[in-house]
Amino acid sequence: MTMQIADTVSLSASDAKAREKARAAAARDSLRTEPPAVRIAIITLAVLFLSVFVVLPLVVVFAQAFSKGVLAYFAALAEPEAMAAIKLTLIVAAISVGLNLVFGLVAAWAIAKFEFPGKTFLITLIDLPFSVSPVISGLVFVLLFGAQGYFGSWLRDHDIQILFAVPGIALATTFVTFPFVARALIPLMQEQGTQEEEAAISLGASGLQTFFRVTLPNIKWGVLYGVLLCNARAMGEFGAVSVVSGHIRGETNTMPLLVEILYNEYQFVAAFAIASLLAMLALITLIAKTVLERHLDEGQDVNDH
Amino acid sequence: MTIEVKNLVKKFGSFAALDGVDLKVDNGELLALLGPSGSGKTTLLRIIAGLDWPDSGEVSFNGEDALAQGARERHVGFVFQHYALFRHMSVFENVAFGLRVQPRAVRKDEATIRARVKELLDLVQLDWLADRYPSQLSGGQRQRIALARALAIEPRILLLDEPFGALDAKVRKELRRWLRSLHHEINVTSIFVTHDQEEALEVANRVVVMDKGRIEQIGSPDDVYESPATAFVHGFIGESIELPVQVDGGVIRLGDRPLQLAAEGLAPGASKLFVRRHDMLVGPAGSGAFEGAVQHVRNFGPVQRAEVALSGGETIEIDAPRDKELRAGDTIGLNPRRYRIFAG
Amino acid sequence: MGLTLSWLSIIILIPLAGLFLKSFELSPEQFWNILSSRRTLNALRVSFGLAFAAACVNLVMGSVIVWALVRYRFPGRRIFDAIVDVPFALPTAVAGVALTALFAEKGWLGAPLAALGIKVAFTPVGIFVAMIFIGIPFVVRTVQPVLQDLDPEIEEAAGSLGASRWQTIIRVILPSLAPALLTGLALAFARAVGEYGSVIFIAGNLPNVSEIAPLLIVIRLSEFRYADATAIAVVMLVVSFVIIFAVNRLQRWAQSRIPVR
Repeated sequence: MTMQIADTVSLSASDAKAREKARAAAARDSLRTEPPAVRIAIITLAVLFLSVFVVLPLVVVFAQAFSKGVLAYFAALAEPEAMAAIKLTLIVAAISVGLNLVFGLVAAWAIAKFEFPGKTFLITLIDLPFSVSPVISGLVFVLLFGAQGYFGSWLRDHDIQILFAVPGIALATTFVTFPFVARALIPLMQEQGTQEEEAAISLGASGLQTFFRVTLPNIKWGVLYGVLLCNARAMGEFGAVSVVSGHIRGETNTMPLLVEILYNEYQFVAAFAIASLLAMLALITLIAKTVLERHLDEGQDVNDH
Repeated sequence: MTIEVKNLVKKFGSFAALDGVDLKVDNGELLALLGPSGSGKTTLLRIIAGLDWPDSGEVSFNGEDALAQGARERHVGFVFQHYALFRHMSVFENVAFGLRVQPRAVRKDEATIRARVKELLDLVQLDWLADRYPSQLSGGQRQRIALARALAIEPRILLLDEPFGALDAKVRKELRRWLRSLHHEINVTSIFVTHDQEEALEVANRVVVMDKGRIEQIGSPDDVYESPATAFVHGFIGESIELPVQVDGGVIRLGDRPLQLAAEGLAPGASKLFVRRHDMLVGPAGSGAFEGAVQHVRNFGPVQRAEVALSGGETIEIDAPRDKELRAGDTIGLNPRRYRIFAG
Repeated sequence: MGLTLSWLSIIILIPLAGLFLKSFELSPEQFWNILSSRRTLNALRVSFGLAFAAACVNLVMGSVIVWALVRYRFPGRRIFDAIVDVPFALPTAVAGVALTALFAEKGWLGAPLAALGIKVAFTPVGIFVAMIFIGIPFVVRTVQPVLQDLDPEIEEAAGSLGASRWQTIIRVILPSLAPALLTGLALAFARAVGEYGSVIFIAGNLPNVSEIAPLLIVIRLSEFRYADATAIAVVMLVVSFVIIFAVNRLQRWAQSRIPVR
C-alpha cells in the first residue's frame, strides 16, 4: 500500500520534471536571440577581430616607443626636430580649426535654416573632402600653386611662398577637414528648427543678437563635437600634407610627416615616440567624443519634452 | 480549438502584469480582452502566442500543454498592433511568408502557395494590392494584409493585439464589422485585445474585462454592460454616474442625506453608487431620490445632456430624452431607474 | 549666404576645377596612354581590387561586430563599442607604422604568420590588412543605428509564422539591413581606395605588384610628371563621385521603405 503511494508520487514527480524540461526548452527557444553556442561564437569573433586589428596596433605603438626605456623616449621627444614638428602641427591645427569653425557654422546655418536652390548640391559639396583621396586633395593645391600651376608664376613674381611652406600645409589641412564642423551642426540645427530664432526676432533681437544669444547656446555641444573631430584630423593628416609640404626638415614637417621620416631612417624609438603622442591624441579625442555624445543625447531629450 | 488558462502569473520586476488569471475559451469563440493600458491584457495575449513566458501557471490548447511548445510550433496566428509587415517584401510575399518557411517535407509547391495567397487576398478583399509594398498601403489595408498573413499558416487560434488601435475612427468602424463577418466565415477561435469598450461590445461574443493583472468579469456584451460585477467594470464600461455613499442600518446616505433607495442585503460602510446616465429619470422637484439644480443643457443627438448640481454638493451629468423640457436654473427631482452599489 | 558659397567655392570648387582643367590640357590620346601604361593599370588594379576585397571583409566582420554590440551583453562591450572608432581617429601614418611593426617578419603577429609561411608586411597582403583596418568603422557605424531601431515585432511575427531563427535572419533581418550594409560597404571601399598613410608603410611599394594608385600620384608629382599624376587623380575622383551618388541613392531607397505609421 505504502509502496504504491510512493510509486505514484515519484511517477508524477518525474512527469512534472519532464514537463518542466519541455517547457524550459520551449522558453529558451526565444524568437529574438540565438542559441548560446552561436552567441558565444559571434562575441568571440567580434572581440578577436577588434583586438587583432585595432587594439594590438595601438599597443604596439606604445611598446615600441618605450622599447629602449623611458629616458630614450623623452630624449626623442626633446629633439629640436621633434619640437619643431609639434609646434608646426599645433599652428596648422589652430589655423584650420579656426577657419573651419567660422565657415562650418555659417554653412550649417545657411543649410539648416534657409531654403534655396542648389541646397542638395551644397551638401554634397561639403561631404566631398571625406570621399576624395587625401593625396588628390594635396595634388590640387600643387596644380594651383606649384611652379607650373595656375597661380605659380604670379606667386613667384610677388615672392609669395605657398607650396612647401606653412600656408600650403594649412590650406591642404583646411580642405581635408572642412566637413567636420558643418556635418556635426547641420542635423542638430535642422532638428531645432527656426522657431526659437523667430521668437527672438519677434521680441526685438537683432540678427547677431539672435545668433549669439539663441542659436549658439543651443548648439554649443555640437560645435565642440565638430571642433574636436576637426582638430584630431587636422593634427593627424598625412597624405594631403605630405604632398604639399616638401619635407623640409625642421621647417615644414608636421608630426605625422616626421613619423614617416624617422621610420624610414630606422629611428624606430623616435618615430614611435612621436606616433605615441598622436595615438594619445586619438584616444583622448575618442573619450571626449563619447562624453560629448552623451551631452548631445541629453540635449535632444530636453528638446523632446 | 479550446484554450484554457490557469492561475497565470507574470511579473516584470516588481510589477505584476498578470496576477493569477484563469480563463476558458470555447471553440470558435470571438473573445475580447478589454481593459485600460497596464491591465495585463496584451501580456496575456503574448503568453498564449508563445511570445512571452509566464512565471507560473498553465496554458493548454485542447487540453494539451501549450507551454511545452515554442511560438513556432503553436500554430497561432498573431496580428501585431503595428502590423509588423515585412517592408522589403511585396504584399504577396508577406502573405506567402508563412508558407515559404515551412520545413521542406511539408512545404507546398509554388503553384499551391500562389493559389493559397490569392485565396487569402481575396478573402481580405485586397487581391489588387498583391504587388504593392507595405509603405504604399493605408493603415486599414495594412491591417487586413497582416490578418491575411496570419491566416496563411491555417492557425489553430487567431490572436489580435489592438487590431484597430492605429486606425482613424471611420476606418475603425468599417473594419469592426468586417472582422466580425470574417470570423463568422472562417470560424477560428479568436481573441483580440482592446482598450475600447465600444469595440469589445460590438465585435466580441464574449468580453473579458481586466484590470491590474486580474480578470474583473467574464460575460456576454450584454452581461458586462447590464450587470457589471464590480465597481471597476461599472465605471469602465458605459458612461456612469459615480457617487460616494454610506450604508448603515438599511439606509443609504449621500453626505448626511438619506436616499429613498432600497438597501437590502448591502454590507454597511463606505460604498459607491453607480447609475448609468440615461437611467437617471427626471421628474418634478421633490419627486425622486435626488434633487438638484440644472446648471446647463446641451443637445447630443437623440438625448440632451444636463449638468446637475445635487443638493448634497456633487455635480453629475445625466442624459435625458429630448422631449423632456430642461432649462438651466430648473430645480428637478431625479430617480434612478436602475442602480448598483459596490462596497469600498 | 553669399559668404558661404564663395568660401565653399574657394576651398573646394576651385581646387577641384583646377584638377579637371589640368586634365583637359591633355589630349584624349595622351590621357589614354597614361592610363593604359602597365604601371598605372597595375596601381589602379591593386588599389581598386584590394579595396574591394577589404570592403567585403569589413562587410562580413562589421556585421558580426554590430550584431555582438547591439544584440548581446558581454563584459567590455562598451569599450569595444568605443574602440571601433579608433581607425577613424588614429592618424594614418601612426596606423601605418604600427601595422608594419605588428606584421613585419619579427613582429608580434608577423613572426607566427611567417612560421606558417605567410608573409604579410611588404606584400599585397599587407595592403589588404591596412585597408581592412581603415574600413572597420564604416559598416559598423552605418548599420548599428538601423539594427538598434529595427522593430522587434517583425522578428516575433516571422517566428510566429513558423520561421526558424536562421530563416528569420536571412529572410527578414538581413533584407531590412541591406541598404545600410551596402552604404557601409561603399563608404569602406571609397576610403580604402583613396587611403595613403596607413598603406604605404606596410605595402613594400614594389611597382606593378604592391604599389597603390595614390602612391603613384605622389611619385609622378615628385618626378614633376604633373600630367600623369592628374590623369590618375581624375580617374579616382570620378569613382569617388560615383560612390557618393550611389550612397545618396541608397539612403533614399532606405528611407522610402520606412513605413509611415
